[in-house]
Amino acid sequence: MEEPSAIRTEHLGRVYKIRNNRKEAFRELVALQDVNLEVQRGELFGLLGPNGAGKTTLIKILTTLLAPTSGKASVAGYDVLTQAGEVRKRINMVSGGETSGYGLLTVRENLWMFAQFYGIESKEAYRRIDMLMEIVGMKDRLNTKSADLSTGLRQKMNIVRGFLTDPEVLFLDEPTLGLDVGASRDVRAFIRRWMDENPQRTLLLTTHYMVEAEELCDRVAIINQGRVLACDTPGNLKQQLQHEAIFQVWVQRENLLEEQAFKTLGGLRHFHQTFENGALRLELILDEENLLTAVLNRLVESQARILRLEKRQPTLEDVFVHLVGQRLEEVEGESHAPAD
Amino acid sequence: MNRSIPLRSFLTAAWLGWQIESNWTDPFLFATYSIIKPVAGAAILVIMYAIVTQGQFDSPVFAYLFLGNAFYQYVPAVLSGVSWTIIDDREHYRTLKYIYVAPVNIPFYLFGRAVAKFIIATIGVIITIAAGVLFLHVRINWAQVHWGVFLLSLALGIIMMALLGLILAGITLLTARHSYYIGDVVAGGLFLFTGAIFPLEILPVWLRPVGYALPITYWLELLRRALVGEVAQAFPTFAALSNETLFLVLIAASLVFGTASVFIFRRCDFIARERGNLDITTNY
Ligand SMILES: Nc1ncnc2c1ncn2[C@@H]1O[C@H](COP(=O)(O)OP(=O)(O)OP(=O)(O)O)[C@@H](O)[C@H]1O
Ligand SMILES: [Mg+2]
Repeated sequence: MEEPSAIRTEHLGRVYKIRNNRKEAFRELVALQDVNLEVQRGELFGLLGPNGAGKTTLIKILTTLLAPTSGKASVAGYDVLTQAGEVRKRINMVSGGETSGYGLLTVRENLWMFAQFYGIESKEAYRRIDMLMEIVGMKDRLNTKSADLSTGLRQKMNIVRGFLTDPEVLFLDEPTLGLDVGASRDVRAFIRRWMDENPQRTLLLTTHYMVEAEELCDRVAIINQGRVLACDTPGNLKQQLQHEAIFQVWVQRENLLEEQAFKTLGGLRHFHQTFENGALRLELILDEENLLTAVLNRLVESQARILRLEKRQPTLEDVFVHLVGQRLEEVEGESHAPAD
Repeated sequence: MNRSIPLRSFLTAAWLGWQIESNWTDPFLFATYSIIKPVAGAAILVIMYAIVTQGQFDSPVFAYLFLGNAFYQYVPAVLSGVSWTIIDDREHYRTLKYIYVAPVNIPFYLFGRAVAKFIIATIGVIITIAAGVLFLHVRINWAQVHWGVFLLSLALGIIMMALLGLILAGITLLTARHSYYIGDVVAGGLFLFTGAIFPLEILPVWLRPVGYALPITYWLELLRRALVGEVAQAFPTFAALSNETLFLVLIAASLVFGTASVFIFRRCDFIARERGNLDITTNY
């Protein structure tokens, strides 16, 4: 028999029924729509998308916490809705940016207890706890009550809880959310190492940090408003933009440029301006390189003195812009949906 | 360790429950809850009884209500012990989703978490009865206690109440805000219908069927018969029924409730996943 994919979804959809109070009628909110994904064993798969894109919703469905409203999903070959028990034996999950845990237990007790639920022998559990806590640099905190940990350290403890049970498929929902730069780097390094140790392990993580998706993931699905817009390796995704020209221009100016004057130019796919160290930085994505002259002419007409011009390689950020039409931060600035 | 999933869910949860319950930073508070509160409650009952009956402590009614009240402590303890965990884990520790994601048998996990409350209730019951015997005119002839009947009915009753608690846990899964004290509320609401402190005959005729339908009623009766057999026979409610019949009724009722509770909990669990209720938080 062919080995089943680690994760597979078919026309997966989820609609939430919401209302603000009892008198109101229910409104429908489409959180996921027609999601078709297939993740192979051994893959480190990333879901990249802005706030409210549906990343957490997808993780909740895959980890059996939430039922889909349409379509199907399976993990390790088992249906997440009808064979939840089988799925649960093979997975683990951590969400970042939260401080869950039994505060009155020590770090070691918290972790040991979860290992118990997975049927891991105490001796083996303690061995793994010691090893993992050493790796995340928290060995001296093993006997601290988890209530006394800082938010970041609690999150690290939770991340260790995820790895502790050595799941076949591990789900990490924004694992580095709220961690400082150093801690984020450590966590990313650890994720990569854990994946390299055993080629049978599968990991799905969500993020809205481009770098995280780019430097960590074998494949990335870009998701926005509940839809998967693209799914490929970071390299291939960027390859799509190879024939386009991406420029950054720094100009001397006190106020923003009139966007309309530029938007009317044909072939200018993206135009974004921000102030940076006293200069105005423009980001341009052009369908073809030779359209640059027209843009530069417009700048001169607008009395913007050009300080510096740079061509750069496409990044995942550009891929996102290409697909969504806006930068990820812009999308997030607009979204009214509160994070969960 | 090849323990089955239900067993390890139960044992680990029992360990956790005990860590939580025994984590009294203030031993005085612990003493208040497990000793002073039940004894004070019993003492009030005795005083009221003394006033109403002008001190007829020899009447069989006295032992009847004293023991009924003492054992009734188990009802809120087990009902809320099983159902409160849903709120505690979901809202307070925010771990419910991680428990669900793990290969845990949720009903056995909930039963395990109630063990600590059961132990504390047991201490309360023992202390109440001891106080009754030593200071409050309760007479128990220890030589005539039917220990077999007592222990068997106690165990059956606890299982039956744990299953009732599971129904409440299922309801709690689906209701966010409104079921904070569902265990205590239900236990309090049933108190008057179970013959705990007076025979069912005192209730209006149309309310009595509630008492007859509740397995708790038969359970209390069996416990009292086991401890004070000959006086308990003097009560009208179940005088016509033998111990064996009472047992059969208790077992049958437990089976009915048990099947219903497993079915109801599964159903609620399924609906909770449909609605996305497993990780909602309503306050904090
Ligand atoms: N329990 C819920 N009830 C109603 N609507 C919900 C619920 N959970 C999520 N939503 C909505 O579904 C959409 C997707 O939310 P989701 O949490 O999956 O996004 P996300 O990609 O994880 O975002 P973030 O980056 O902010 O975590 C959002 O519009 C959100 O408001
Ligand atoms: Mg999210």
